[in-house]
Amino acid sequence: MNAHTPLFEVRDLRVAFGRNGVFSEAVRGVSLHVDHGEVLGIVGESGSGKSVGMLAALGLQPEGAKVTGSVRFKGQELIGLPRRSLRELRGSRIAMIFQDPLSSLNPVMTVGDQIAEAVRLHNPDFSRKAALDRARDLLALVTIPQPDRRLRQYPHEFSGGMRQRVMIAMAVANDPDLLIADEPTTALDVTVQAQIMDVLADLQSRLKLGLILITHDLGVLAGHADRVAVVYAGQVVEQAVVDDLFARPGHPYTRGLIASIPDMTRESERLFSIDGTPPALGRLPPGCAFNPRCHMAQDICRREAPPASLESGHIVSCHFAFTGLESVA
Amino acid sequence: MTAQLAPRIVRPRWLTLPLMIGFGLILFWLLATVAAPWMTSYAPLDMVGRRLQPPSWDHLLGTDALGRDVLSRTLHGARHSIPIAVTVVFFAVSIGALLGALAGFIGGIVDTIIMRLVDVTLSFPPMLLAMAVAASLGPGLENAAIAMIIVWWPIYARLMRAQVLEVREREHVEAAVASGATQTRVLTHHVLPLCWTPVLISATMDLGQVILLAASLSFIGLGATPPTPEWGSMISDGASQFYSWWVALGPGLAILTIVLGFNFIGDGLHDYFDPRSK
Amino acid sequence: MTRYILRRLIAMPFLVLGIVTLAFLLTTVTKGDPLTAIVSDRQMNNPEVVAAAKAKWGLDRSLPERYAIYVGNLFQGDMGTSFITRRPVAQDVLHRLPATMELVIAAMIVGATIGISLGVLAAYFHNTAIDHASRLFALFGSSVPVFWLGLALLYVFSVQWGVLPGPGRLDARAVAPPTVTGFMTIDTLLAGEFRLFLDAVWHLILPAFVLGWAVAGTISRLVRANMLEILSREFILTARAKGAGEFRVVVGHALRNTMVPTLTVIGYSFAYLLTGAVLTETIFSWPGMGSYAVDAARGLDFPAIIGVTIVGGVVFLLTNLLTDIAYVVANPRVRLG
Repeated sequence: MNAHTPLFEVRDLRVAFGRNGVFSEAVRGVSLHVDHGEVLGIVGESGSGKSVGMLAALGLQPEGAKVTGSVRFKGQELIGLPRRSLRELRGSRIAMIFQDPLSSLNPVMTVGDQIAEAVRLHNPDFSRKAALDRARDLLALVTIPQPDRRLRQYPHEFSGGMRQRVMIAMAVANDPDLLIADEPTTALDVTVQAQIMDVLADLQSRLKLGLILITHDLGVLAGHADRVAVVYAGQVVEQAVVDDLFARPGHPYTRGLIASIPDMTRESERLFSIDGTPPALGRLPPGCAFNPRCHMAQDICRREAPPASLESGHIVSCHFAFTGLESVA
Repeated sequence: MTAQLAPRIVRPRWLTLPLMIGFGLILFWLLATVAAPWMTSYAPLDMVGRRLQPPSWDHLLGTDALGRDVLSRTLHGARHSIPIAVTVVFFAVSIGALLGALAGFIGGIVDTIIMRLVDVTLSFPPMLLAMAVAASLGPGLENAAIAMIIVWWPIYARLMRAQVLEVREREHVEAAVASGATQTRVLTHHVLPLCWTPVLISATMDLGQVILLAASLSFIGLGATPPTPEWGSMISDGASQFYSWWVALGPGLAILTIVLGFNFIGDGLHDYFDPRSK
Repeated sequence: MTRYILRRLIAMPFLVLGIVTLAFLLTTVTKGDPLTAIVSDRQMNNPEVVAAAKAKWGLDRSLPERYAIYVGNLFQGDMGTSFITRRPVAQDVLHRLPATMELVIAAMIVGATIGISLGVLAAYFHNTAIDHASRLFALFGSSVPVFWLGLALLYVFSVQWGVLPGPGRLDARAVAPPTVTGFMTIDTLLAGEFRLFLDAVWHLILPAFVLGWAVAGTISRLVRANMLEILSREFILTARAKGAGEFRVVVGHALRNTMVPTLTVIGYSFAYLLTGAVLTETIFSWPGMGSYAVDAARGLDFPAIIGVTIVGGVVFLLTNLLTDIAYVVANPRVRLG
């Protein structure tokens, strides 16, 4: 492995779903990478394919989905890897947490057993007792009070924020290199959201985790991500270092997302939102996928898909990248 | 080529394969009920051949211990089983629906008495209770039918009561009460018409189970009496001629296919009303 | 939770009394002469027997009084004397109950094993050939008359192929072990006769399958529906993301979540098993309550019929109670909520 091999690298990932023999792509050639200890934010509306893509990268695509492209973890190709080898990576080297911590936990297993399971799946020589001890330490690590007692409780006895802490504890049980967090705070109360992000950020820096933070809320990424990829209709439309992205959003969609971040200081004002809805699977408009919702769209946008342009590490796919930026800022 | 030119029969969306199989089987046995004498070349009670002949071209399902044609008896069996099942379900539904509706509509002490009776009746394994009552009444298909009605009515009473309780809360019923309609009129004109559908669907589905129970009673000698060509008692004949396997084959397949028919329809309807389970 | 169970326990005696009352009414009121329900035809000409029976059961008194006497006798464990065996009915029934329980439990194990496996497979491979085959299996099981299926399987497996034994609990030449529990499989083991134990299990296979098939069908449909729902839940994804294998995901996580409704349907299937046991026992010459009830019904042995019906009702009531309690205990949310 040479020094330039990223921890996790996705190239031209495509995920297609078939219905009656016709395949439509939900993920249309996504390329990304994350380095050791780096936080990559992936942002986009629900249905943009950001979750589907990351799940498919780990072999967790829904039944009948066709996955092509390349996904490399520490240089090892994951696409086409035997299921058994993928399983050994999942939960040990690469871990995931999901949006709704209630439905993500098994309701009929104690929290302790669920964490212990994650430990023992990858350390078969651990006794049940040793695994439960480890589970208790993990609960303490994610700052759950009285971990001894909590270990024996069921998920429904936990609050939403506590459940998400349990999910995080489970995810870091085997000291993974990469953590994929899919909308980790979306289902939680606003006050709890910040706490969970703090727990995540704290663990990320302590354990030197590569972290992929998937969200629909660009605001979450502002304080936590190193780089951000903006996804629209299954493609990355803009990718940049976080400060650069906020300072010079190149794509009109990104600007819309920035404008729709709720501003805590002006609470009463109505939230800005982008008009229209993302295209449904298999109903892509010709040209740029964003053109029906774009206030800057010209004829060329309805005819040709925009090429990606690179400008000092800032990638944008738009015919009119960066134009009119002054007026927005 | 010809297949492409032939007009395609369009199947409605609701008519799924299980429903088609179910309807097909039931239709066949309804036909047998009506036309059994014209479908066979032998009379069911006549001794038409040598005893215990295995199946042959003359006797497709062989002959029984008295030299009667098993196929003919099997087809004629439908003329006993189907009317009995329909009668039992008809009376069970009538009694059950009446008592259930009264329990739900009047409430109070009437409700308590009726529903306790329902609870207790349903506390028995159905077969044991039917046997006890049928034995007390004495053998014969009519008595078996009465026993089965006693076992079956509480099911419809429970269903009907639940329906009435649900429907009487609806707005149009409250409106009728407010406009001064009498209790009886509210019940017969506003509540009952809306309660029938689930009860009737369930009753139709139960026909298969009633056929099964009637055959069981006949099998142990509490239903039809010889020489009636009833399926249960025919299988009982087959049991005593154990090594002549064909004697029980016809009636067994008859019960299997007709009950299967009702179950296929039930399963198909279940899919239709509850698409989640697909 | 304890309050719920307590309430159910308090209701039990009343339901049992209801069962006794209904059984008494249905079988005595329907008969013109109540004497025929107590004294067999052969004994009718014996004035001593007739007089003794009239005195004991108060036949010259009014119906309510007779009912009170019947319940009083029942309380002392007296259900009258069987016309056929000429032994007290209570004794006969107690003697034959274990054989029925052994058959019913074996059928339950067979039915639950087949039903759960098929239901899981059908849900995991839903809308494939496996799914359709399991649906057909379920439909056939609930449509086939057990008494005919028993005959057919005996003919094929025992007579034609000779791979499974004929009717009975043991080989006809075998000497039965001393009765301790009445469960042949347990008694043979207690007697240290391992070969006899295998023979007893061998004899259980066919009747247990015949009786268990219909239950297997019901269970498989329910397990399939529940599994389909559970397999689409997010925690299944969590389990896969943890690195759990498919078997662990399906059995350890999904199936475990369907256990409460599954246990419930298995418990309630007891009614069907008791009903089916009546007929299965006659086919397989199984010396249980079912064949006793059939003999009683055929021989118009009324004390025995009433006795078996009451005991059947009480057993049924108890299993339903146990099922409900198990439901409460097995469900962490009901238990703690």
